[in-house]
Amino acid sequence: MKPRRFDYVRPDSTDEAVAVLAEYGDAASVLAGGQSLMAMLNLRVAEPAVLVDISRLMELDYVRVADDKIEVGAAVTQNRLKDWPELAGKLPLVAAALPFVGHFQTRNKGTVCGSIAHADPSSEIPLALATLGGEVVLRSQRGMRVLGAPEFQRGMLTTAREPDELIVAVRFPVQSTQRLAFREVARRHGDFAIIAVAACIEDGHAMRIGVGGMADRPAVLQVAIDGVAAAKDIFVSLARELEGYDDLHASARFRRDLLRQIGPAVVEEALRCAA
Amino acid sequence: MRRVSKDERSRIGFTLNGRAVSGEAEPRMLLTDFLRHVIGATGTHVGCEHGVCGCCTVLIDGVAVRACLTLAVQAEGRAVTTVEALAAPDGTLNALQQAFQKYHALQCGFCTPGILMSFTDYLARNPHPTEDEIREVLSGHLCRCTGYAGIVAAVLAVSCGSPN
Repeated sequence: MKPRRFDYVRPDSTDEAVAVLAEYGDAASVLAGGQSLMAMLNLRVAEPAVLVDISRLMELDYVRVADDKIEVGAAVTQNRLKDWPELAGKLPLVAAALPFVGHFQTRNKGTVCGSIAHADPSSEIPLALATLGGEVVLRSQRGMRVLGAPEFQRGMLTTAREPDELIVAVRFPVQSTQRLAFREVARRHGDFAIIAVAACIEDGHAMRIGVGGMADRPAVLQVAIDGVAAAKDIFVSLARELEGYDDLHASARFRRDLLRQIGPAVVEEALRCAA
Repeated sequence: MRRVSKDERSRIGFTLNGRAVSGEAEPRMLLTDFLRHVIGATGTHVGCEHGVCGCCTVLIDGVAVRACLTLAVQAEGRAVTTVEALAAPDGTLNALQQAFQKYHALQCGFCTPGILMSFTDYLARNPHPTEDEIREVLSGHLCRCTGYAGIVAAVLAVSCGSPN
């Protein structure tokens, strides 16, 4: 199908972009890579009156190391971050998850911040951001706001972004160890995950576990490292607590079963990584 | 700042296969429709129109993207390359196209333009991919005829430089 009519605005700077968002408010949608939004426009699931195209804002096309964080600007594509030479060393979880995001062709245009903004509950980049305890940088004419991943991603396709705010960047904390594992189950490679599980060993004693596709947003918990048998119990209770949900791709019951099977295997894989 | 109101047909110009082209379009016109209906370049095919099937894949500034998830106005000032650019002016197929022919990498050919453009970009970045890497790129395309085996064989042959 074809999109409904909309006004098109292509600001030349971030200042102009936030001015346009202040002008139009919730009548506007921000277009970056468009790999979710354009499909929603074509299917007429989204019908904004104004499209604000930020894909050419060079000032948002950066990946930089700031303090102990990696800041990724809103114009950075998923493939650009995937090909960033320091990614595997500084953000091994993101390096492990990015190959599962869409396809080569969609990663060429889809942005890192766009995945965060879209907030699909089974999407890999929001899961990585939540698992690592990252944050989202929002700008409007009222000023700058930095929200932690759980404050930002509120629910199914729902975030704390105000209509006049632009996501200008996301920040991932640099990982202290390379001991981690990531797995997902999807019908076909590149599809949204039915479920996805990440496990990162933080130091000798603690581990962060992130689960996508089981609830309306990623679930993250910090647990003591206590062997694989204990991990099985953790995922049994997590499956009961999160419940899962039914959709076209899988039943809630299947999701719970997948989590109980795959969760402990991911923890085991992370534990096997050399310290 | 570029502003186009919803009913306004504005002039959009870009380079298509090395040649400057332009035409008028409303903001909502997709690049696929602009190429096919305004410019008349029908080599780019339209399948699902929501980014899944990969038929409409073209290069924008050398990078393989879905033309159906791109507005015509977004191509403004860019270099767009479509399947029409691959063969020589006299119609001689390029090496990738010849390999597709030799290894029966197409039957109906509907998906072929997109697949050729994806591998035009990918092989420029990674000239000697493994079969797994080829299949990873191919996962962004749907082909209902071939079962993909011929396509993988064709890309392997052309990237090894020695078809056998």
